[in-house]
Amino acid sequence: MISGSSLILQTATRFLVPLLFLFAVFLLLRGHNEPGGGFIAGLVASGAFALHLFAFDASSTRRLMGVDGQLLMGCGLLLALASGVVGMVLNGQPFLSSQWWSLYVPGIGELKLSTPLFFDVGVFLVVIGVVTTIMLSLAKVEE
Amino acid sequence: MKAEVIIPILIPMLAGALCLICWRWRLVQRWISVVSGAGLLLASLVLLHRVQTEGIQVAHMGSWPAPYGITLVADLLGAIMVVVTGIIGLAVAVYSLATMSRSHEAFGYYPLLHLMLAGVAGAFLTGDIFNLYVWFEILLIASFGLMILGGERAQMEGAIKYVTLNLISSAMFLTAVGLLYGYAGTLNMADLAVKLNGAEQSGLVTVIAMLFLVAFGIKAAAFPLFFWLPASYHTPPVAISAVFAGLLTKVGVYALFRVFSLIFVQDTGFTHGTVLMAMGIFTMVTGVLGAAAQFEVRRILSFHIISQIGYMLVGLALFTPLAVAGGVFYIFHHIIVKTNLFLVSGVMYRYHGSYDLAKLGGLYRSAPWLAALFLIPAMSLAGLPPLSGFFAKFTVIKAGVLEGHWLMVAMALIVGLLTLYSMVKIWAEAFWKGLPEDAKSLRGERDPHLYVLYAPIAGLALITLTIGFGAEWFVQLAMATAEQLLSPAGYIEAVLGGSQ
Repeated sequence: MISGSSLILQTATRFLVPLLFLFAVFLLLRGHNEPGGGFIAGLVASGAFALHLFAFDASSTRRLMGVDGQLLMGCGLLLALASGVVGMVLNGQPFLSSQWWSLYVPGIGELKLSTPLFFDVGVFLVVIGVVTTIMLSLAKVEE
Repeated sequence: MKAEVIIPILIPMLAGALCLICWRWRLVQRWISVVSGAGLLLASLVLLHRVQTEGIQVAHMGSWPAPYGITLVADLLGAIMVVVTGIIGLAVAVYSLATMSRSHEAFGYYPLLHLMLAGVAGAFLTGDIFNLYVWFEILLIASFGLMILGGERAQMEGAIKYVTLNLISSAMFLTAVGLLYGYAGTLNMADLAVKLNGAEQSGLVTVIAMLFLVAFGIKAAAFPLFFWLPASYHTPPVAISAVFAGLLTKVGVYALFRVFSLIFVQDTGFTHGTVLMAMGIFTMVTGVLGAAAQFEVRRILSFHIISQIGYMLVGLALFTPLAVAGGVFYIFHHIIVKTNLFLVSGVMYRYHGSYDLAKLGGLYRSAPWLAALFLIPAMSLAGLPPLSGFFAKFTVIKAGVLEGHWLMVAMALIVGLLTLYSMVKIWAEAFWKGLPEDAKSLRGERDPHLYVLYAPIAGLALITLTIGFGAEWFVQLAMATAEQLLSPAGYIEAVLGGSQ
């Protein structure tokens, strides 16, 4: 892997990575009522990590992530499963039945929370975990 | 609430997630793995009991009613298969404690194993044909990972054949699903059964049926699509081979049983009587001939998987209540016996460091308990009374006699003899003859984990004996299952009942 070779790429990456993350969060929260959702948001976020990997090197990308890909996968899967179980436990409905709560937050107004949102966040984490694990393993082989 | 239906899928999935979180603590992963195996077995027994007492259990995921949402259905066949999955899951989880190497564990053996079990359980319980595809993919991707763990050269060669053939099969499966959706406008299996059997006959339906047959035939390792199996199943560590040998091909067989009893029953003379029957007979014969030519224990056993698949297919092909019951009995008998034989071969390896019959010997004297524990599944596989395999073969062959299908009866008997021959070959070479001069013997070293190896083997042997001596109860269960399969009205009613 060619790393640290292009000043332009590195400088651009410093600006682009936060923007991509912001875009990923936007897509994540926009899902279910409009196009978007956990999967595509996860891909965008992994894209940010991929860009960082190309511009710098594997160890600095790992530092940027802060956690292992496996941990992200596990937590995401757990969150997605838990979001499905909520309806089973609370209301005795089948697995994955969605539950909605309304929350009043001063300054923002009414905030709608739901189990599909948690499911999406779970998918988001799994996708980031899987893609970055594959990417970083390949980068390690290359080194 | 029908939580029983989803719990057998949730438990291994949860275990997989927890194992991923505990990636660095292998001891924790081991505990999670054994506990989840036991939990899966328990949950599946509860499910089976519920299905037996209260009839077919149905759960509509996300509260979306049947033809639109994804439905999970547990009828007798599905519930039995999940119980067997639980048994194998627990046995292999315990066996892995002593056999799995540090590097395998460090590279995610336990998460992959549990995701695979979740995929298998999901495939057995789903009532939606696209969802079946999804579960197939989950279990396949996990099994790809398991197959290449360790990364030895032989493993890679086997894995390439395994992955390629299974991807072709998946593509074919997906094509068939697409055509079916275009034709019938639904993917719910019960709804499909109604729509296809109400409509007038069409050649297209038979074409789709054949596509499914080829797709599932590849996964089930039926003739002539089986060659990926003996090329790959002996390459990974023995615990992985064992769970593959027991469960994975049977998912294909299960799918054939499901689809060809529920959906494609318009033209049984052609699909069952001609194609499946020919496939079954050829699978039996080629498998056993392949096994007779081999001298490596796990390769012999791999070829025997194929040959035994033939019996199950023949049971489905005859399509009488007795024959289907025989096929179902055969499936659960075979999963337990075959996994057990692979586990025994792993212990042989522990003693002499080889799977090659020429380098094994004298195990009868040095490990008499192992010899006894090998004889039970081996003779059961060959079909000696009063072991489980006898009743399985007997039921299938009796159904053949009643139908007057003499070619199949003759073939089944000959294949039974040849199976006995190759089991005796392993017995004579590995257990009876003296240890060859140049063979290694690792017996000098004390093996502190031996009881961990013997526990699952003895447990599975005990189940084999139970099935053999309590055959009455198991045959009744298989008959009830066959009855459910051959009269799909109950299944359709259970799935669509509330919404139509």
